[in-house]
Amino acid sequence: MMRHLLSTGDLTRDEATLVLDTAAELARVGDRSVKKLPTLRGRTVVNLFYEDSTRTRTSFELAAKRLSADVINFSAKGSSVSKGESLKDTALTLQAMGADGVVIRHSASGAAHRLANWVDGSVLNAGDGTHEHPTQALLDAFTMRSRLGRLEGLRVAIVGDILHSRVARSNVLLLNTLGAHVTLVAPPTLLPVSVHTWPCEVSYDLDDVLPKSDVVMLLRVQAERMTESYFPSVREYSRNYGLDGERLARMPQDAIVMHPGPMVRGVEISAEVADSPRCTVTEQVANGVSLRMAVLYLLLGGS
Amino acid sequence: MPDGARAVLDGPEINRALTRIAHEVLERTKGGRRVTLLGIPSRGVPLARRLAQRIERVEDLKVPTGSLDITMYRDDLRLAPARALGKTEIPTGGLDDRVVVLVDDVLFSGRTVRAALDALGDLGRPRAVQLAVLVDRGHRELPIRADYVGKNLPTSLRENVTVRLTETDGHDAVLLGPARPRPGATEGDE
Repeated sequence: MMRHLLSTGDLTRDEATLVLDTAAELARVGDRSVKKLPTLRGRTVVNLFYEDSTRTRTSFELAAKRLSADVINFSAKGSSVSKGESLKDTALTLQAMGADGVVIRHSASGAAHRLANWVDGSVLNAGDGTHEHPTQALLDAFTMRSRLGRLEGLRVAIVGDILHSRVARSNVLLLNTLGAHVTLVAPPTLLPVSVHTWPCEVSYDLDDVLPKSDVVMLLRVQAERMTESYFPSVREYSRNYGLDGERLARMPQDAIVMHPGPMVRGVEISAEVADSPRCTVTEQVANGVSLRMAVLYLLLGGS
Repeated sequence: MPDGARAVLDGPEINRALTRIAHEVLERTKGGRRVTLLGIPSRGVPLARRLAQRIERVEDLKVPTGSLDITMYRDDLRLAPARALGKTEIPTGGLDDRVVVLVDDVLFSGRTVRAALDALGDLGRPRAVQLAVLVDRGHRELPIRADYVGKNLPTSLRENVTVRLTETDGHDAVLLGPARPRPGATEGDE
């Protein structure tokens, strides 16, 4: 196993499978009378969050605590960062405090890579700009595998704002490694220019892709990252790329609907679909804790 | 067979030892009504299953049987890269008030058993915990002993004990051979 988790593209098939298998074992810790393992006792994990996040930060925090690690939460607001400290100086401060692992979320793509060069501990990328979000992709793959029993040959459609999505890139790279076939579906304006170099297919037509998909993953339109207009209206976007009950009915019987959250009901997903038992959103959150325990164990648990 | 290794127990001898242990467990636990067998992966698990079969044959009693992975409780995790986890399967009904018999293939330093006792503490509160091993090779590093032993095997620290079982390796045998290089001289009890 490697030292950092920066990109799902760095994982071999065996490594990715080891992470998923480990997560499957650790998922049972949540059912025990003592929901804790002593494995990372005496190790310190720092959550370094430059962007707002509830889900990912609390998930990492809970995962680290279930492994008995000490957790320090460091958010940009109300810390020395808001006084103008650079990422490097913050990193050196954490280093001096003896952090064994640093979980970083940053608005700049590549921030986790930079950090990995400055600290001795393991760096876990919890989302860097529009680049990658590896643990989200791993927990998505874990959820697909536990719901559908396999990943090899699975047909996955990722629909929505691919351009601003770190989840999409991490998922495409990981699912390709694990043998699934990914089709990205979005209006041309919401696809990155370099998308033809990604190991996946691209379509502009959701209704064409849905009947051939075992999994549909919907992404939120990230208005906060948009500096210009990418589609005429939210209503038109929703008509063309939103998943409603009627579209869901045209998918294979056992197909599942995924969403990394937060969902915007009425835009990319209708309330009816969001509340359907085929929608795995809350399962993804629960799996996120087990998956992050697995990653923390594999990166920090050994020598 | 690896270079220089010789068999100290063959298939029929392993069978006889397990049959005897099954009888001893029934005797010591007064009929085995409260017994739960927990195998320590990897080879403790098939051994626990075999003991359960023998107990069922002798006493017509179904003994709850499961497995207990101790990887996350090891004291030498930091001496090697992170290991893959084994399976933990606790039988329905749990461990509270049960007489848990831990089953492993080789008892050596005692560190695996120490880890297993810690793991048990997080899973419930057994009435008692006992230990059954196929081979006790000595060289304990902790105050731990087995309640049921298939064979006491005096060894030198320069020797290596390997247990092979049909379920995991295709045939039954206990081999004694020259030590393989291993990470940390006091590593495991395997």
